[in-house]
Amino acid sequence: MEMQEVPYLEMNHVRKSFGSLEVLRDISLTVQQGEVVSIIGPSGSGKSTLLRCATLLETMDEGTLSYLGKSAAIMENGCTVYAKPAELDEIKRSFGLVFQSFHLFPHYSVLKNLIDAPIHVQKRPKEEAVAEAMALLEQMGLADKADAYPHQLSGGQQQRVAIARALALKPEVLFFDEPTSALDPELTGEVLKVIKELAEAHMTMIIVTHEMEFARKVSDRILFMDKGYVVVEGTPETVFRSQNGRIQEFLGKLQQP
Amino acid sequence: MTFHVILTELLNGMLLTVGIFALTLLFSMPLGFLVSFGRMSKQPVIRLITQFYISVMRGTPLMLQLMVVYFLPWYLFKIPLSSFWRFPAIILGFTINYAAYFAEIYRSGIEAIPKGQYEAAKLLGYSRSQTFLRIILPQVCKIILPAATNEIITLVKDTSLAYTLSCIEMFSVAKQIAAAETSMVPFAVAALFYYIFNLLVSFVMNRIEKQMSYY
Repeated sequence: MEMQEVPYLEMNHVRKSFGSLEVLRDISLTVQQGEVVSIIGPSGSGKSTLLRCATLLETMDEGTLSYLGKSAAIMENGCTVYAKPAELDEIKRSFGLVFQSFHLFPHYSVLKNLIDAPIHVQKRPKEEAVAEAMALLEQMGLADKADAYPHQLSGGQQQRVAIARALALKPEVLFFDEPTSALDPELTGEVLKVIKELAEAHMTMIIVTHEMEFARKVSDRILFMDKGYVVVEGTPETVFRSQNGRIQEFLGKLQQP
Repeated sequence: MTFHVILTELLNGMLLTVGIFALTLLFSMPLGFLVSFGRMSKQPVIRLITQFYISVMRGTPLMLQLMVVYFLPWYLFKIPLSSFWRFPAIILGFTINYAAYFAEIYRSGIEAIPKGQYEAAKLLGYSRSQTFLRIILPQVCKIILPAATNEIITLVKDTSLAYTLSCIEMFSVAKQIAAAETSMVPFAVAALFYYIFNLLVSFVMNRIEKQMSYY
């Protein structure tokens, strides 16, 4: 007996413009449970905007969006119509986002950054939230930093705290928006290691990144975006061996010193 | 009049000074938040009205505003002015003036918070009020503390303007004694009192600032 799996994330025919600038032109993306999808492409290609639309930080002009079969946005008479705020709040619980510049809460300790939302948003018991937060910090190699404040940590440590903070809410899907772009190569390594471990644990992830080697190793699927379109989509092999001129140009430039 | 008597009289006047100071802070600081929200409102009408209110409060002398507040009931409704109205009028005048200044201080703090803090809070599921109370406000308090200290210190000295409405606070007492005794001593004592008052204010604000400097 075969069952049709419900995709964890489904976006169809997404369009988004800022004024006269078309940033996303008919993008569709479906992500299944446990899949790791990387989005690569030059700056201004719409990668981050796509992520921001998926995480409801931006509204789409056209297109649909759903998580685990629940619609966050549907098309009605050619326009995107979003679900009611209460439904969106419910849907929001199914995903988390890790930002390029961390956005930790500076006035909270590391531990408080991790437990505040579980306690005050998800109304979970404090002891449970603390225990889970400590386990996450252990996993991130930061157990000794629970009482530190974000400004006392390196960028790599801050980003790992930010990942732990997102995981503390137990999302089904985790988005990364250029998680290592603000870090030097050494710190980049420690953050990528954590993401790789999550991939091995079959966390469903969508990663916007400029780390090509990493994307190639960790992804099940890669989308190459340019000028608001998905130019090539497929396994890392397919994308990196693609004969498409735009990809070759992009990857070629990266390999030059 | 002995120095001791001058001191006692001025200390009596000081009670009113402290009263005006404390009540003004008590009312204007929360009201300032309301005004700053109006100033940042997405509704153009609310925003423009608040902007106008702030510009009038900042653009005209506080002394004049006190007189307007005091005499307005009579000019508008022919309500006879009574001595009972005097003190409330002073507090009202000070409050609406200081609320305008505090509003702009709050706005400077609120607008200094990076957009990312709001976005992170939104992604973590915080409601709008939770975001403001748990994430934004604590950070705003730290940012605005030096500016707020300035404003509070100014208020200590501005309380002397209450003499406009014949309120016998410390400075009025000093003037009366100085005139009666043809002596500058009461003014010197008054200056010392204001100075000590402000030293206290600075001390308290410094302590708060230190407490917030953990991040």
